[in-house]
Amino acid sequence: MTDRHTPPEVVAETAEGAQELFDRAHTSPEELGREVGSVLRLPEGDVPGSADIDVERTGDDTMIINMGPQHPSTHGVLRLMMELDGETVLRTKPIIGYLHTGMEKQAEELTYQQGSTNVTRMDYVSPLTNELVFSMATEELLGVELPRRAVWIRMLLAELQRVSSHLLWLATNGMDLASTTMMIFGFREREMVLAFYEKTTGLRMNHNFIRPGGTAADLPDGWEDDVTVICDTIMRRLGSYDELLTGQPIFRERTEGVGAITAEEAIALSVTGPILRSTGVPWDLRRTMPYLAYDQVEFDVIVGTYGDNFDRYAIRLNEVRESIRIIRQVVERMPMGDYRVQDKKVTPPPRARIDESMEALIHHFKIFTEGFKVPEGEVYTAVESPRGEIGCYLISDGSAKPYRLHIRAPSFVNLQSLPVLLRGGLVADAIATTSSVDPIMGEVDR
Amino acid sequence: MESTAGEVLFPDRAEYHAAVEDSRSSGFEMCADLCAVDYLTHPGRRLPSEVAPERFEVVVQLLSIAQRTRRKVRVQVPEADPTLDSLWDLFPGVEAMEREAFDMFGIRFTGHPDLTRILMPDDWEGHPLRKDYGLGRVPVQFKDAPGPR
Repeated sequence: MTDRHTPPEVVAETAEGAQELFDRAHTSPEELGREVGSVLRLPEGDVPGSADIDVERTGDDTMIINMGPQHPSTHGVLRLMMELDGETVLRTKPIIGYLHTGMEKQAEELTYQQGSTNVTRMDYVSPLTNELVFSMATEELLGVELPRRAVWIRMLLAELQRVSSHLLWLATNGMDLASTTMMIFGFREREMVLAFYEKTTGLRMNHNFIRPGGTAADLPDGWEDDVTVICDTIMRRLGSYDELLTGQPIFRERTEGVGAITAEEAIALSVTGPILRSTGVPWDLRRTMPYLAYDQVEFDVIVGTYGDNFDRYAIRLNEVRESIRIIRQVVERMPMGDYRVQDKKVTPPPRARIDESMEALIHHFKIFTEGFKVPEGEVYTAVESPRGEIGCYLISDGSAKPYRLHIRAPSFVNLQSLPVLLRGGLVADAIATTSSVDPIMGEVDR
Repeated sequence: MESTAGEVLFPDRAEYHAAVEDSRSSGFEMCADLCAVDYLTHPGRRLPSEVAPERFEVVVQLLSIAQRTRRKVRVQVPEADPTLDSLWDLFPGVEAMEREAFDMFGIRFTGHPDLTRILMPDDWEGHPLRKDYGLGRVPVQFKDAPGPR
Protein backbone atom coordinates (compact mmCIF):
# COMPACT_ATOMS: atom_id res chain seq x y z
CA MET A 1 0.00 0.00 0.00
CA THR A 2 1.66 3.17 -1.10
CA ASP A 3 0.71 6.47 0.41
CA ARG A 4 -1.82 8.67 -1.29
CA HIS A 5 0.70 11.28 -2.44
CA THR A 6 2.49 8.97 -4.84
CA PRO A 7 1.46 9.56 -8.44
CA PRO A 8 -0.51 6.63 -9.87
CA GLU A 9 1.91 6.01 -12.73
CA VAL A 10 4.77 5.51 -10.25
CA VAL A 11 2.60 3.10 -8.28
CA ALA A 12 1.89 1.16 -11.45
CA GLU A 13 5.58 0.91 -12.23
CA THR A 14 6.79 -0.16 -8.83
CA ALA A 15 3.88 -2.08 -7.32
CA GLU A 16 4.18 -5.81 -6.75
CA GLY A 17 0.42 -6.06 -6.39
CA ALA A 18 -0.84 -8.80 -4.13
CA GLN A 19 2.65 -9.62 -2.87
CA GLU A 20 2.79 -6.40 -0.89
CA LEU A 21 1.85 -5.71 2.68
CA PHE A 22 -1.59 -4.16 3.01
CA ASP A 23 -3.20 -2.22 5.79
CA ARG A 24 -5.25 -4.12 8.32
CA ALA A 25 -8.59 -3.38 6.70
CA HIS A 26 -7.46 -5.15 3.52
CA THR A 27 -5.85 -8.17 5.17
CA SER A 28 -7.64 -11.42 5.94
CA PRO A 29 -7.57 -12.59 9.57
CA GLU A 30 -5.50 -15.69 8.71
CA GLU A 31 -2.96 -13.61 6.88
CA LEU A 32 -2.85 -11.05 9.67
CA GLY A 33 -2.35 -13.84 12.17
CA ARG A 34 0.53 -15.14 10.10
CA GLU A 35 2.12 -11.75 9.71
CA VAL A 36 2.13 -11.03 13.42
CA GLY A 37 3.37 -14.54 14.09
CA SER A 38 0.55 -15.55 16.41
CA VAL A 39 0.33 -18.93 14.67
CA LEU A 40 3.70 -19.84 16.12
CA ARG A 41 2.76 -19.18 19.71
CA LEU A 42 -0.41 -21.24 19.77
CA PRO A 43 -0.69 -24.73 21.21
CA GLU A 44 -1.02 -27.49 18.66
CA GLY A 45 -4.33 -27.76 16.87
CA ASP A 46 -5.58 -24.38 18.01
CA VAL A 47 -6.77 -21.79 15.53
CA PRO A 48 -5.71 -18.18 15.95
CA GLY A 49 -8.62 -16.04 17.00
CA SER A 50 -9.12 -12.35 17.23
CA ALA A 51 -7.65 -12.36 20.73
CA ASP A 52 -4.24 -13.07 19.27
CA ILE A 53 -4.35 -10.06 17.03
CA ASP A 54 -4.66 -6.59 18.45
CA VAL A 55 -7.84 -5.69 16.58
CA GLU A 56 -8.17 -2.31 18.24
CA ARG A 57 -5.43 -0.99 16.05
CA THR A 58 -6.70 0.56 12.87
CA GLY A 59 -4.95 1.82 9.81
CA ASP A 60 -4.96 5.36 11.16
CA ASP A 61 -2.64 4.60 14.06
CA THR A 62 -0.03 2.94 11.99
CA MET A 63 2.02 3.60 8.93
CA ILE A 64 3.28 1.24 6.26
CA ILE A 65 6.73 2.02 4.94
CA ASN A 66 9.02 0.51 2.39
CA MET A 67 12.62 -0.43 3.03
CA GLY A 68 14.40 -1.34 -0.12
CA PRO A 69 14.85 -2.86 -2.61
CA GLN A 70 17.57 -0.24 -2.99
CA HIS A 71 18.64 0.15 0.59
CA PRO A 72 22.31 -0.09 1.41
CA SER A 73 21.85 -2.16 4.52
CA THR A 74 19.51 -4.78 3.16
CA HIS A 75 22.45 -6.71 1.71
CA GLY A 76 21.16 -6.82 -1.81
CA VAL A 77 17.77 -6.25 -3.32
CA LEU A 78 15.64 -7.24 -0.36
CA ARG A 79 12.51 -5.17 0.04
CA LEU A 80 10.84 -5.03 3.41
CA MET A 81 7.42 -3.54 3.94
CA MET A 82 6.83 -2.68 7.55
CA GLU A 83 3.86 -1.52 9.50
CA LEU A 84 5.05 0.90 12.12
CA ASP A 85 3.51 2.40 15.19
CA GLY A 86 5.83 5.31 15.77
CA GLU A 87 9.24 3.67 15.99
CA THR A 88 7.94 0.19 16.75
CA VAL A 89 7.68 -2.46 14.06
CA LEU A 90 4.34 -4.28 14.14
CA ARG A 91 4.33 -6.31 10.96
CA THR A 92 6.96 -7.02 8.36
CA LYS A 93 6.75 -8.66 5.00
CA PRO A 94 9.82 -9.43 2.93
CA ILE A 95 9.17 -9.00 -0.78
CA ILE A 96 11.68 -10.88 -2.86
CA GLY A 97 12.27 -11.83 -6.45
CA TYR A 98 14.18 -8.77 -7.62
CA LEU A 99 17.21 -10.93 -8.36
CA HIS A 100 15.33 -13.88 -9.81
CA THR A 101 17.17 -15.10 -12.88
CA GLY A 102 15.59 -18.51 -13.38
CA MET A 103 18.63 -20.54 -12.42
CA GLU A 104 16.63 -23.68 -11.69
CA LYS A 105 15.16 -23.49 -15.19
CA GLN A 106 18.55 -22.83 -16.67
CA ALA A 107 19.98 -25.86 -14.87
CA GLU A 108 17.69 -28.09 -16.92
CA GLU A 109 19.46 -26.88 -20.07
CA LEU A 110 23.00 -27.39 -18.80
CA THR A 111 24.83 -30.69 -18.52
CA TYR A 112 26.00 -31.99 -15.17
CA GLN A 113 29.49 -30.94 -16.21
CA GLN A 114 28.29 -27.36 -16.72
CA GLY A 115 25.87 -27.41 -13.81
CA SER A 116 28.36 -26.44 -11.16
CA THR A 117 29.06 -23.15 -12.95
CA ASN A 118 25.38 -22.41 -12.59
CA VAL A 119 24.83 -23.34 -8.95
CA THR A 120 27.99 -21.57 -7.84
CA ARG A 121 26.38 -18.25 -8.72
CA MET A 122 23.45 -18.74 -6.38
CA ASP A 123 25.03 -18.07 -3.01
CA TYR A 124 27.80 -15.77 -4.17
CA VAL A 125 29.29 -15.44 -0.70
CA SER A 126 29.91 -19.15 -0.29
CA PRO A 127 29.97 -20.49 -3.85
CA LEU A 128 31.95 -23.62 -3.02
CA THR A 129 29.22 -24.87 -0.71
CA ASN A 130 26.76 -24.76 -3.59
CA GLU A 131 29.16 -26.63 -5.84
CA LEU A 132 29.70 -29.15 -3.08
CA VAL A 133 26.03 -29.96 -2.58
CA PHE A 134 25.39 -30.18 -6.33
CA SER A 135 28.39 -32.43 -6.86
CA MET A 136 27.42 -34.66 -3.95
CA ALA A 137 23.92 -35.08 -5.34
CA THR A 138 25.25 -35.95 -8.79
CA GLU A 139 27.75 -38.40 -7.34
CA GLU A 140 25.05 -40.11 -5.32
CA LEU A 141 23.04 -40.65 -8.50
CA LEU A 142 26.15 -41.83 -10.32
CA GLY A 143 27.10 -44.08 -7.44
CA VAL A 144 30.78 -43.16 -7.50
CA GLU A 145 33.03 -43.32 -4.48
CA LEU A 146 35.47 -40.44 -4.21
CA PRO A 147 39.17 -40.86 -3.45
CA ARG A 148 40.00 -39.81 0.08
CA ARG A 149 42.12 -36.86 -0.99
CA ALA A 150 39.22 -35.40 -2.97
CA VAL A 151 37.03 -35.60 0.12
CA TRP A 152 39.58 -33.85 2.30
CA ILE A 153 40.31 -31.16 -0.28
CA ARG A 154 36.59 -30.47 -0.39
CA MET A 155 36.45 -30.27 3.37
CA LEU A 156 39.37 -27.84 3.45
CA LEU A 157 37.73 -25.61 0.87
CA ALA A 158 34.32 -25.79 2.51
CA GLU A 159 35.73 -24.74 5.87
CA LEU A 160 37.77 -21.92 4.36
CA GLN A 161 34.55 -20.87 2.72
CA ARG A 162 32.78 -20.82 6.05
CA VAL A 163 35.57 -18.64 7.43
CA SER A 164 35.38 -16.18 4.54
CA SER A 165 31.58 -16.09 4.59
CA HIS A 166 31.40 -15.48 8.33
CA LEU A 167 34.10 -12.83 8.08
CA LEU A 168 32.07 -11.02 5.45
CA TRP A 169 29.05 -11.26 7.71
CA LEU A 170 31.00 -9.91 10.66
CA ALA A 171 32.15 -7.05 8.45
CA THR A 172 28.72 -6.08 7.15
CA ASN A 173 27.01 -6.62 10.47
CA GLY A 174 29.62 -4.41 12.08
CA MET A 175 28.88 -1.76 9.49
CA ASP A 176 25.15 -2.02 10.13
CA LEU A 177 25.90 -1.31 13.77
CA ALA A 178 28.02 1.67 12.72
CA SER A 179 31.41 0.08 13.27
CA THR A 180 33.31 0.83 10.08
CA THR A 181 36.46 -0.52 11.69
CA MET A 182 34.89 -3.94 11.83
CA MET A 183 34.04 -3.69 8.17
CA ILE A 184 37.63 -3.01 7.22
CA PHE A 185 38.82 -5.81 9.51
CA GLY A 186 36.41 -8.36 8.09
CA PHE A 187 37.16 -7.54 4.47
CA ARG A 188 40.90 -7.53 5.16
CA GLU A 189 40.86 -11.04 6.57
CA ARG A 190 38.45 -12.35 3.95
CA GLU A 191 40.85 -11.08 1.32
CA MET A 192 43.47 -13.55 2.53
CA VAL A 193 41.11 -16.46 1.99
CA LEU A 194 40.08 -15.14 -1.41
CA ALA A 195 43.74 -14.79 -2.40
CA PHE A 196 44.25 -18.44 -1.53
CA TYR A 197 41.18 -19.34 -3.57
CA GLU A 198 42.54 -17.41 -6.50
CA LYS A 199 45.78 -19.31 -6.26
CA THR A 200 43.98 -22.64 -6.01
CA THR A 201 41.04 -22.28 -8.35
CA GLY A 202 41.96 -19.32 -10.51
CA LEU A 203 39.05 -17.23 -9.35
CA ARG A 204 38.11 -15.31 -6.25
CA MET A 205 34.43 -16.15 -6.53
CA ASN A 206 32.27 -18.53 -8.57
CA HIS A 207 35.12 -21.00 -8.74
CA ASN A 208 33.58 -24.04 -10.44
CA PHE A 209 36.32 -25.97 -8.65
CA ILE A 210 34.33 -28.68 -6.89
CA ARG A 211 32.84 -30.71 -9.71
CA PRO A 212 30.99 -33.98 -9.96
CA GLY A 213 33.70 -36.59 -9.59
CA GLY A 214 36.11 -34.66 -7.41
CA THR A 215 37.78 -31.30 -7.83
CA ALA A 216 39.01 -29.53 -10.95
CA ALA A 217 42.66 -29.67 -9.94
CA ASP A 218 44.95 -30.57 -7.10
CA LEU A 219 45.93 -28.04 -4.47
CA PRO A 220 48.87 -25.82 -5.49
CA ASP A 221 52.39 -26.47 -4.22
CA GLY A 222 52.99 -25.02 -0.80
CA TRP A 223 49.29 -24.85 0.07
CA GLU A 224 50.03 -26.07 3.61
CA ASP A 225 52.11 -22.96 4.31
CA ASP A 226 49.52 -20.63 2.81
CA VAL A 227 46.70 -22.18 4.80
CA THR A 228 48.74 -22.18 8.02
CA VAL A 229 49.51 -18.49 7.58
CA ILE A 230 45.81 -17.77 7.02
CA CYS A 231 44.83 -19.76 10.12
CA ASP A 232 47.47 -18.15 12.34
CA THR A 233 46.68 -14.62 11.19
CA ILE A 234 42.92 -14.90 11.42
CA MET A 235 43.10 -16.69 14.76
CA ARG A 236 45.23 -13.89 16.18
CA ARG A 237 43.00 -11.18 14.77
CA LEU A 238 39.81 -12.75 16.09
CA GLY A 239 41.05 -11.60 19.46
CA SER A 240 40.92 -8.00 18.28
CA TYR A 241 37.34 -8.52 17.13
CA ASP A 242 36.55 -9.59 20.66
CA GLU A 243 38.18 -6.43 21.92
CA LEU A 244 36.41 -4.25 19.38
CA LEU A 245 32.91 -5.69 19.59
CA THR A 246 32.29 -8.54 22.01
CA GLY A 247 33.19 -6.66 25.13
CA GLN A 248 32.07 -3.28 23.96
CA PRO A 249 29.08 -1.88 25.91
CA ILE A 250 27.48 -0.05 22.98
CA PHE A 251 27.62 -3.13 20.79
CA ARG A 252 26.18 -5.34 23.51
CA GLU A 253 23.47 -2.83 24.26
CA ARG A 254 22.38 -2.87 20.65
CA THR A 255 22.45 -6.63 20.15
CA GLU A 256 21.55 -8.31 23.43
CA GLY A 257 17.89 -9.15 23.62
CA VAL A 258 17.23 -7.68 20.20
CA GLY A 259 15.57 -9.80 17.52
CA ALA A 260 14.96 -12.81 19.73
CA ILE A 261 13.39 -16.05 18.53
CA THR A 262 12.60 -19.23 20.45
CA ALA A 263 13.59 -22.74 19.48
CA GLU A 264 9.95 -23.74 18.85
CA GLU A 265 9.42 -20.80 16.53
CA ALA A 266 12.65 -21.47 14.68
CA ILE A 267 11.81 -25.14 14.14
CA ALA A 268 8.25 -24.35 13.07
CA LEU A 269 9.59 -21.88 10.53
CA SER A 270 12.11 -24.45 9.18
CA VAL A 271 14.94 -22.11 10.10
CA THR A 272 18.40 -23.69 10.14
CA GLY A 273 21.98 -22.64 10.64
CA PRO A 274 23.23 -20.07 13.13
CA ILE A 275 19.68 -18.80 13.76
CA LEU A 276 18.50 -22.23 14.90
CA ARG A 277 21.67 -22.82 16.91
CA SER A 278 21.33 -19.44 18.59
CA THR A 279 18.15 -20.74 20.23
CA GLY A 280 20.04 -23.62 21.81
CA VAL A 281 19.29 -26.43 19.35
CA PRO A 282 22.60 -28.16 18.60
CA TRP A 283 21.71 -28.87 14.98
CA ASP A 284 24.67 -28.80 12.63
CA LEU A 285 24.59 -31.22 9.71
CA ARG A 286 28.36 -31.63 9.94
CA ARG A 287 27.81 -33.27 13.30
CA THR A 288 24.27 -34.64 13.18
CA MET A 289 24.28 -36.07 9.66
CA PRO A 290 27.99 -36.22 8.81
CA TYR A 291 29.06 -35.98 5.19
CA LEU A 292 32.54 -35.79 3.66
CA ALA A 293 34.88 -36.72 6.53
CA TYR A 294 33.41 -34.55 9.27
CA ASP A 295 33.02 -37.60 11.49
CA GLN A 296 36.82 -37.96 11.52
CA VAL A 297 37.73 -34.46 12.68
CA GLU A 298 37.26 -32.80 16.03
CA PHE A 299 35.17 -29.67 16.35
CA ASP A 300 32.47 -28.27 18.57
CA VAL A 301 28.98 -27.21 17.58
CA ILE A 302 28.46 -23.69 18.91
CA VAL A 303 25.02 -23.02 20.38
CA GLY A 304 23.50 -19.97 21.96
CA THR A 305 20.83 -19.54 24.60
CA TYR A 306 18.64 -16.53 23.96
CA GLY A 307 18.29 -16.56 20.20
CA ASP A 308 19.06 -12.86 19.96
CA ASN A 309 21.38 -10.89 17.72
CA PHE A 310 24.26 -11.18 20.12
CA ASP A 311 24.02 -14.98 20.19
CA ARG A 312 24.05 -15.08 16.43
CA TYR A 313 27.10 -12.83 16.39
CA ALA A 314 28.88 -14.96 18.97
CA ILE A 315 28.02 -18.18 17.14
CA ARG A 316 29.42 -16.94 13.85
CA LEU A 317 32.54 -15.56 15.49
CA ASN A 318 33.22 -18.83 17.27
CA GLU A 319 32.38 -20.92 14.23
CA VAL A 320 35.30 -19.21 12.55
CA ARG A 321 37.48 -20.55 15.37
CA GLU A 322 36.01 -24.05 15.00
CA SER A 323 36.49 -23.95 11.23
CA ILE A 324 40.11 -23.00 11.72
CA ARG A 325 40.42 -25.93 14.11
CA ILE A 326 39.10 -28.24 11.38
CA ILE A 327 41.38 -26.66 8.78
CA ARG A 328 44.43 -27.29 10.94
CA GLN A 329 43.47 -30.94 11.26
CA VAL A 330 42.97 -31.18 7.52
CA VAL A 331 46.43 -29.70 6.90
CA GLU A 332 47.92 -32.28 9.24
CA ARG A 333 46.06 -35.29 7.93
CA MET A 334 45.58 -34.58 4.22
CA PRO A 335 45.86 -37.99 2.55
CA MET A 336 47.87 -38.54 -0.61
CA GLY A 337 46.25 -39.81 -3.75
CA ASP A 338 44.02 -38.66 -6.51
CA TYR A 339 41.90 -35.54 -6.41
CA ARG A 340 39.17 -36.98 -8.62
CA VAL A 341 37.76 -40.34 -9.57
CA GLN A 342 39.53 -41.99 -12.45
CA ASP A 343 36.31 -42.92 -14.16
CA LYS A 344 36.74 -42.11 -17.84
CA LYS A 345 33.04 -41.53 -18.25
CA VAL A 346 32.80 -38.92 -15.51
CA THR A 347 36.05 -36.99 -15.30
CA PRO A 348 38.22 -35.88 -18.21
CA PRO A 349 41.51 -37.73 -18.67
CA PRO A 350 44.79 -36.07 -17.65
CA ARG A 351 46.13 -33.64 -20.21
CA ALA A 352 49.18 -35.77 -21.01
CA ARG A 353 47.03 -38.79 -21.87
CA ILE A 354 45.17 -36.86 -24.55
CA ASP A 355 48.31 -36.50 -26.65
CA GLU A 356 49.09 -40.19 -26.71
CA SER A 357 45.74 -41.95 -26.53
CA MET A 358 42.98 -41.71 -29.08
CA GLU A 359 40.51 -43.10 -26.56
CA ALA A 360 41.38 -40.43 -24.01
CA LEU A 361 40.84 -37.77 -26.65
CA ILE A 362 37.40 -39.20 -27.43
CA HIS A 363 36.43 -39.30 -23.76
CA HIS A 364 37.63 -35.74 -23.29
CA PHE A 365 35.65 -34.59 -26.30
CA LYS A 366 32.53 -36.46 -25.25
CA ILE A 367 32.56 -35.11 -21.71
CA PHE A 368 32.91 -31.52 -22.81
CA THR A 369 30.44 -31.64 -25.69
CA GLU A 370 27.73 -34.05 -24.60
CA GLY A 371 28.46 -34.39 -20.92
CA PHE A 372 28.15 -37.68 -19.07
CA LYS A 373 24.92 -39.56 -18.60
CA VAL A 374 23.58 -39.98 -15.10
CA PRO A 375 21.39 -42.97 -14.20
CA GLU A 376 17.71 -42.32 -13.70
CA GLY A 377 16.65 -41.46 -10.18
CA GLU A 378 16.05 -38.70 -7.69
CA VAL A 379 18.06 -37.70 -4.66
CA TYR A 380 18.10 -35.07 -1.93
CA THR A 381 21.42 -34.20 -0.37
CA ALA A 382 22.02 -31.56 2.23
CA VAL A 383 25.14 -29.97 3.63
CA GLU A 384 25.70 -27.29 6.23
CA SER A 385 26.32 -24.00 4.48
CA PRO A 386 27.40 -20.97 6.51
CA ARG A 387 23.73 -19.98 6.51
CA GLY A 388 22.13 -23.31 7.30
CA GLU A 389 21.01 -26.41 5.50
CA ILE A 390 21.56 -26.11 1.77
CA GLY A 391 19.84 -28.97 0.01
CA CYS A 392 19.91 -30.15 -3.57
CA TYR A 393 16.98 -32.11 -4.92
CA LEU A 394 18.16 -33.57 -8.18
CA ILE A 395 16.16 -35.66 -10.62
CA SER A 396 17.76 -37.46 -13.54
CA ASP A 397 15.86 -38.99 -16.44
CA GLY A 398 18.96 -40.83 -17.63
CA SER A 399 20.25 -38.10 -19.94
CA ALA A 400 23.24 -35.81 -19.56
CA LYS A 401 21.17 -32.93 -18.20
CA PRO A 402 19.28 -32.79 -14.91
CA TYR A 403 15.55 -33.22 -15.34
CA ARG A 404 14.96 -30.96 -12.37
CA LEU A 405 17.32 -29.24 -10.02
CA HIS A 406 15.93 -27.67 -6.91
CA ILE A 407 18.15 -25.91 -4.42
CA ARG A 408 16.78 -25.64 -0.91
CA ALA A 409 18.34 -22.29 -0.21
CA PRO A 410 18.89 -21.59 3.49
CA SER A 411 18.54 -17.83 3.07
CA PHE A 412 15.21 -18.23 1.30
CA VAL A 413 13.76 -20.20 4.19
CA ASN A 414 15.50 -18.23 6.94
CA LEU A 415 14.04 -15.02 5.60
CA GLN A 416 10.67 -16.19 6.90
CA SER A 417 11.91 -15.67 10.43
CA LEU A 418 12.33 -11.96 9.80
CA PRO A 419 8.73 -10.92 10.68
CA VAL A 420 9.11 -12.77 13.99
CA LEU A 421 12.51 -11.30 14.73
CA LEU A 422 11.51 -7.74 13.94
CA ARG A 423 8.12 -7.72 15.63
CA GLY A 424 8.00 -5.34 18.56
CA GLY A 425 11.47 -4.01 17.91
CA LEU A 426 12.62 -0.61 16.77
CA VAL A 427 13.18 0.46 13.19
CA ALA A 428 16.80 1.24 14.01
CA ASP A 429 17.31 -2.33 15.18
CA ALA A 430 15.61 -3.71 12.10
CA ILE A 431 18.77 -3.07 10.11
CA ALA A 432 20.93 -5.01 12.53
CA THR A 433 18.41 -7.83 12.82
CA THR A 434 18.02 -8.18 9.06
CA SER A 435 21.76 -8.42 8.85
CA SER A 436 21.88 -11.08 11.57
CA VAL A 437 19.70 -13.36 9.44
CA ASP A 438 22.47 -13.11 6.82
CA PRO A 439 20.31 -13.30 3.70
CA ILE A 440 22.18 -13.62 0.42
CA MET A 441 19.76 -12.45 -2.20
CA GLY A 442 21.32 -14.40 -5.04
CA GLU A 443 20.38 -17.53 -3.16
CA VAL A 444 16.98 -16.28 -2.04
CA ASP A 445 15.84 -15.46 -5.55
CA ARG A 446 17.95 -17.91 -7.54
CA MET B 1 29.17 -42.63 5.13
CA GLU B 2 25.80 -43.54 6.51
CA SER B 3 22.85 -42.88 4.28
CA THR B 4 20.63 -40.05 5.42
CA ALA B 5 18.07 -40.60 2.69
CA GLY B 6 15.48 -42.10 5.03
CA GLU B 7 12.18 -43.59 4.01
CA VAL B 8 9.79 -42.38 1.33
CA LEU B 9 6.01 -42.11 1.61
CA PHE B 10 3.67 -42.06 -1.37
CA PRO B 11 0.37 -40.87 0.03
CA ASP B 12 -2.73 -40.28 -2.03
CA ARG B 13 -3.67 -36.66 -2.61
CA ALA B 14 -6.57 -36.99 -0.18
CA GLU B 15 -4.38 -38.59 2.51
CA TYR B 16 -1.44 -36.25 2.01
CA HIS B 17 -2.23 -33.83 4.81
CA ALA B 18 -3.02 -36.62 7.26
CA ALA B 19 0.14 -38.52 6.32
CA VAL B 20 2.30 -35.48 7.00
CA GLU B 21 0.44 -34.82 10.23
CA ASP B 22 1.13 -38.41 11.34
CA SER B 23 4.77 -37.94 10.49
CA ARG B 24 4.90 -34.80 12.54
CA SER B 25 3.39 -36.47 15.56
CA SER B 26 5.86 -39.33 15.19
CA GLY B 27 8.77 -36.96 15.61
CA PHE B 28 9.40 -35.20 12.29
CA GLU B 29 9.17 -31.73 13.71
CA MET B 30 10.67 -29.79 10.84
CA CYS B 31 9.72 -29.49 7.20
CA ALA B 32 13.08 -28.92 5.61
CA ASP B 33 11.96 -28.49 2.04
CA LEU B 34 8.95 -28.55 -0.22
CA CYS B 35 9.26 -28.42 -3.98
CA ALA B 36 7.27 -29.38 -7.04
CA VAL B 37 8.31 -31.29 -10.15
CA ASP B 38 6.71 -31.31 -13.58
CA TYR B 39 7.01 -34.80 -15.09
CA LEU B 40 5.48 -33.84 -18.44
CA THR B 41 8.37 -35.06 -20.59
CA HIS B 42 9.49 -37.89 -18.31
CA PRO B 43 6.35 -39.87 -17.51
CA GLY B 44 8.01 -43.26 -17.12
CA ARG B 45 9.64 -42.64 -13.79
CA ARG B 46 10.10 -45.31 -11.17
CA LEU B 47 7.20 -45.38 -8.73
CA PRO B 48 5.68 -48.12 -6.58
CA SER B 49 3.11 -50.11 -8.55
CA GLU B 50 0.14 -48.81 -6.53
CA VAL B 51 0.95 -45.17 -7.30
CA ALA B 52 -0.51 -43.83 -10.53
CA PRO B 53 1.86 -41.25 -12.03
CA GLU B 54 0.45 -37.81 -12.65
CA ARG B 55 2.00 -34.81 -14.33
CA PHE B 56 2.98 -32.94 -11.19
CA GLU B 57 4.59 -34.20 -8.06
CA VAL B 58 5.13 -32.34 -4.81
CA VAL B 59 8.08 -33.54 -2.77
CA VAL B 60 8.33 -32.75 0.94
CA GLN B 61 11.50 -33.35 2.93
CA LEU B 62 10.74 -33.86 6.59
CA LEU B 63 13.41 -33.78 9.22
CA SER B 64 13.52 -35.22 12.70
CA ILE B 65 15.94 -33.33 14.88
CA ALA B 66 15.66 -35.75 17.79
CA GLN B 67 16.08 -38.94 15.74
CA ARG B 68 18.41 -37.40 13.15
CA THR B 69 16.50 -38.89 10.25
CA ARG B 70 14.79 -37.67 7.15
CA ARG B 71 11.57 -38.72 5.52
CA LYS B 72 10.45 -37.89 2.03
CA VAL B 73 6.80 -37.48 1.08
CA ARG B 74 6.00 -37.63 -2.62
CA VAL B 75 2.46 -36.87 -3.68
CA GLN B 76 1.03 -36.93 -7.19
CA VAL B 77 -0.94 -33.91 -8.38
CA PRO B 78 -2.98 -34.24 -11.60
CA GLU B 79 -2.71 -31.68 -14.39
CA ALA B 80 -6.46 -31.21 -14.69
CA ASP B 81 -6.88 -30.07 -11.09
CA PRO B 82 -3.54 -28.90 -9.67
CA THR B 83 -4.65 -28.37 -6.10
CA LEU B 84 -3.24 -29.76 -2.90
CA ASP B 85 -3.85 -29.23 0.79
CA SER B 86 -1.51 -26.71 2.31
CA LEU B 87 0.81 -27.86 5.08
CA TRP B 88 0.88 -24.37 6.49
CA ASP B 89 -1.22 -25.24 9.53
CA LEU B 90 1.31 -27.95 10.45
CA PHE B 91 4.54 -26.24 9.48
CA PRO B 92 4.34 -22.43 9.20
CA GLY B 93 7.75 -22.63 7.52
CA VAL B 94 6.32 -24.02 4.27
CA GLU B 95 4.67 -20.67 3.60
CA ALA B 96 7.38 -19.38 1.26
CA MET B 97 8.06 -22.81 -0.23
CA GLU B 98 4.43 -23.35 -1.20
CA ARG B 99 4.31 -19.89 -2.66
CA GLU B 100 7.35 -20.76 -4.73
CA ALA B 101 5.75 -24.00 -5.92
CA PHE B 102 2.62 -22.06 -6.84
CA ASP B 103 4.62 -19.39 -8.61
CA MET B 104 6.76 -21.81 -10.58
CA PHE B 105 4.28 -24.62 -11.28
CA GLY B 106 0.80 -23.24 -10.71
CA ILE B 107 -0.09 -25.74 -8.00
CA ARG B 108 -2.73 -24.25 -5.76
CA PHE B 109 -2.44 -24.99 -2.07
CA THR B 110 -5.81 -24.83 -0.36
CA GLY B 111 -5.59 -23.38 3.11
CA HIS B 112 -2.54 -21.26 2.41
CA PRO B 113 -3.09 -17.79 3.88
CA ASP B 114 -1.35 -15.75 1.23
CA LEU B 115 -0.94 -17.68 -2.01
CA THR B 116 0.66 -15.03 -4.22
CA ARG B 117 3.61 -15.09 -6.55
CA ILE B 118 6.90 -14.82 -4.73
CA LEU B 119 9.75 -14.73 -7.23
CA MET B 120 8.03 -13.56 -10.40
CA PRO B 121 6.28 -10.18 -10.73
CA ASP B 122 2.66 -10.20 -9.76
CA ASP B 123 1.37 -9.65 -13.30
CA TRP B 124 3.48 -12.43 -14.82
CA GLU B 125 1.68 -14.88 -17.05
CA GLY B 126 2.42 -18.58 -16.87
CA HIS B 127 4.44 -20.72 -14.53
CA PRO B 128 8.07 -20.73 -15.61
CA LEU B 129 9.34 -24.07 -14.33
CA ARG B 130 6.65 -26.04 -16.14
CA LYS B 131 8.15 -28.10 -18.91
CA ASP B 132 5.84 -26.63 -21.55
CA TYR B 133 6.87 -23.09 -20.66
CA GLY B 134 9.19 -21.89 -23.38
CA LEU B 135 12.76 -21.00 -22.70
CA GLY B 136 13.55 -17.37 -23.40
CA ARG B 137 16.20 -16.60 -25.96
CA VAL B 138 18.10 -13.48 -26.88
CA PRO B 139 19.17 -13.36 -30.54
CA VAL B 140 22.89 -12.83 -30.84
CA GLN B 141 24.10 -10.49 -33.55
CA PHE B 142 27.78 -10.85 -34.24
CA LYS B 143 29.74 -7.86 -35.38
CA ASP B 144 30.41 -7.86 -39.11
CA ALA B 145 28.28 -10.94 -39.48
CA PRO B 146 26.62 -11.39 -42.85
CA GLY B 147 22.96 -10.59 -42.71
CA PRO B 148 20.25 -13.17 -43.08
CA ARG B 149 20.32 -14.75 -46.49
